[in-house]
Amino acid sequence: MIKPEVYQALGLKDEDYRRIEKILGREPSKTELAMYSVEWSEHCGYSSSKKYLKLFPQTGRYQTMVGEDSGGFYYDDLAIIFKMESHNHPSQVEPKQGAATGVGGIIRDIFTAGARPIASLNSLRFGPLSEPYNRYLLGGVVDGIAFYGNCLGVPTVGGEIYFDESYTGNCLVNAMSIGICKRSEIARARAGGVGNPIMYVGSSTGRDGIGGCSVLASNEFCEGEEKRPTVQIGDPFTEKCLIEATLETLATGHVIGIKDMGAAGLTCSTSEMAAAGGVGVEIDLDKVPRREEGMEPWEVMMSESQERMLVCVKAGKEDEIHRIFDKWDLHAVVIGHVNDSGIVTIKDKGTVVARMTTKSLTEPEIFDLPYERPSDLDAIYRLDLKTIPVPKDLNEVLLKLLGSPTIASKAWIYEQYDHMVQTNTCVLPGSDAAVMRIKGKDWALAATSDCNSRYCYLNPNRGAQIAVAEAARNLVCSGADPAAVTDCLNFGNPNKPDRFYYFKNCVEGIIEACKAFGTAVVSGNVSFYNESPKGAINPTPTIGMIGILKKLDDRTTSYFKNEGDAIILLGDTGEEIGGSEYLKVIHGQVRGDAPALSLEREKDLQGMMLETIRAGLVKSAHDCSEGGLAVALAESCIINKDGKLGAVIDDLGSKIRPDALLFGESQSRIVISCDPKDVSKIETAAKKWKVPFRTIGKVSSSGFKIPGLIDLPIDRLETAWTSAIK
Amino acid sequence: MKFGVIVFPGSNCDQDCFHVASKVMGQPTEYIWHKNSELGKFDCLIIPGGFSYGDYLRCGAIARFSPIMKAVIDFANSGGFVIGICNGFQILLEAGLLPGAMLRNKGLHFICKHVKLKVENNSTAFSSKYQKGQILRIPIAHNEGNYYIDEAGLKDLKKNDQIVFRYHGENPNGAIDDIAGIINKKGNVLGMMPHPERSSEIELNSIDGKGIFESILDRMNKK
Repeated sequence: MIKPEVYQALGLKDEDYRRIEKILGREPSKTELAMYSVEWSEHCGYSSSKKYLKLFPQTGRYQTMVGEDSGGFYYDDLAIIFKMESHNHPSQVEPKQGAATGVGGIIRDIFTAGARPIASLNSLRFGPLSEPYNRYLLGGVVDGIAFYGNCLGVPTVGGEIYFDESYTGNCLVNAMSIGICKRSEIARARAGGVGNPIMYVGSSTGRDGIGGCSVLASNEFCEGEEKRPTVQIGDPFTEKCLIEATLETLATGHVIGIKDMGAAGLTCSTSEMAAAGGVGVEIDLDKVPRREEGMEPWEVMMSESQERMLVCVKAGKEDEIHRIFDKWDLHAVVIGHVNDSGIVTIKDKGTVVARMTTKSLTEPEIFDLPYERPSDLDAIYRLDLKTIPVPKDLNEVLLKLLGSPTIASKAWIYEQYDHMVQTNTCVLPGSDAAVMRIKGKDWALAATSDCNSRYCYLNPNRGAQIAVAEAARNLVCSGADPAAVTDCLNFGNPNKPDRFYYFKNCVEGIIEACKAFGTAVVSGNVSFYNESPKGAINPTPTIGMIGILKKLDDRTTSYFKNEGDAIILLGDTGEEIGGSEYLKVIHGQVRGDAPALSLEREKDLQGMMLETIRAGLVKSAHDCSEGGLAVALAESCIINKDGKLGAVIDDLGSKIRPDALLFGESQSRIVISCDPKDVSKIETAAKKWKVPFRTIGKVSSSGFKIPGLIDLPIDRLETAWTSAIK
Repeated sequence: MKFGVIVFPGSNCDQDCFHVASKVMGQPTEYIWHKNSELGKFDCLIIPGGFSYGDYLRCGAIARFSPIMKAVIDFANSGGFVIGICNGFQILLEAGLLPGAMLRNKGLHFICKHVKLKVENNSTAFSSKYQKGQILRIPIAHNEGNYYIDEAGLKDLKKNDQIVFRYHGENPNGAIDDIAGIINKKGNVLGMMPHPERSSEIELNSIDGKGIFESILDRMNKK
């Protein structure tokens, strides 16, 4: 008789246990319990989210590919594969290894699809740096990403970092990776062909990471818990060898299917590959390479040791595969075979220790969870502008905002990442989006990740729409046409209706915006239970987006280029300070509504922007986001540290409150600069697209001046902007 | 002329160097796997950057025991041209082909950014296309680039004009005497921390590194 403590320690509830007994028609073995516990965990099974994830558009303006573990789209003769994934809880417990293995895991998802990883991005969120533990987390996470990504030789080209009290006790580490391959080279995560061998390749199996996806990832943080043993340990050198060996193996044409052993390790890879191929598998655990003595079968099945993969190869080709992995000093061992039973059989020392249908493992119960608008939201939602005084010294406000860690320069962070290896990064970190060339092609890729979670907290549907719109805007400002989306949905405990309300509304917002932009959601990940004893994180549906530059020459950066160039503001500025960084940093308030957004106007703006960039009229383009117009202008002056310039803004033509004018975060606005002779051509394009247009000033040699409002020397802007994070 | 790019497990700039040698410079180029113990016929070997063997011990300390290294040392001793970039420089130090050692960066962080270099010696086979005193903009990307050599060794380097590149303006890693790249006494083995292969095409925002490959090509053509 199995005691409740046994299955509860694995993260299973009483009703889960009863369901397992019913499926098997008998008492489960320890190994079977362990396998169900990880496969049915929220992290692997998506029980709470599946109902909504099914609604994401999987087709768009570009032809898409949605695979088992990642997805992408096709362009020219290539497939661009990409995905974002969370490693939040491991990073909160052990920041260096948590972040490192997050990078390792997402990169494996890319090269198991047959694509060579060409770039990574990271979306990070921490509590305020004034708290020492948050500071420790930031340092550890950055160190972990650098430790792993730099060694692999995959450039970390971009990302975003926000700081907010809601992440104290539960930081977010979302890692995104991008790879490319020939259309015909895409590999699938499926087993097939009765009698074909299942090979275990890569590193050996130890006791690290047991329960990572179930006990750690699928629960809230509670007080006084020790969860460090559930965090995996990363070995980037082995992963680098694994990338090369895997791509060499796939090139042989002998591979039926391949899958990373990530969350839920051997359990997930065996059962999901068999289920995807509609077959069964029999695995002999005695063959699994071990790094520790005396491991129990259930431990082997649950281990999340890193840098391991499962490959189904054509019978008779085992030796050839073995030779490739041997060249790279990696294991490649036949541990089982495909059969037509639809059943996963696990043997240990000649005895069957687990036997269940693949369907029962991979199809956990789908819940239709209740949701309810949080009771405090109506009060927070109201903002009476009359209660917010306009500060006297707007120079001080601008300097404070530039020094707010969310806005400030992230150079201290991205300079610790190798962002140039592979020699494709043509627009380096610090601009609106990274641009990567593809050698041998005249087109290029742009990538960004975005989410203002404060907007999502105040207005989840619109906040999520803004995340999509801003990602697209960042791509367009770089000269790229938005092509497709991956997302990483970070929320609190889904079993609390007020948390689930955010999930449901954010997903609906993403769907609406993605449909408007014609950008399919090709891959993604859900991370629930992001809660500490202090409460849930802000709802954070991080959007990763890839765009195509028709010509690499269309690439555009965000900083001013030449003295005398005209500065133009595209888009309207409303009296909107709700949810802004200004309201938070200067007035200490998080309230009001998120800025308004019209998807139609946003599309017009982006259409116009892309048309004028492609016509070669635009010298710089910078999206107005956190900190509003004044911050966008200041950044355009100082981002290029080798060529700082100034700006004289003399015609904002607006009668709204100066704080809203300078620091409000109205959407669908871009600051561009151009040769004065091209102003009329850009104005004509703006009229055609019905985009609000105003020449607001010109680029100067030094100083940032807005008569009556702002007058600051450039070095003071730069000092404020560059000193916040180091 | 023919370039060879040595590949260790963990090399990660091998493809970048191959690309510059073959596509940008248009020269026949081959990869050489570290388990080979013999070299074919090459004019110039490039030991690329990366994390050979994960750099889990001291950088380059394991790579120098790879079978290919004996052949590389023989090649260098017989006058063949060798360029070690970043991890490749560290391997050349460990293999004794260049003097000195590498310490961790003074800031204890990995640093990836463009830095300014000053050409100190333009009479070498690797730097003849530059002007003496020319300032170059070339990126670095390393954790252990803090070059160190004892007083006598430094005196020797200076006396023999072996310092080819110095950091200009800012010294990013604490290297002694701002040293970014050195050459052996014979003048056929160059080691440098900055990555010229990352600054040899206009798309990458700098072509200041291309002069190194052009210099070596020029020397071979005159041979």
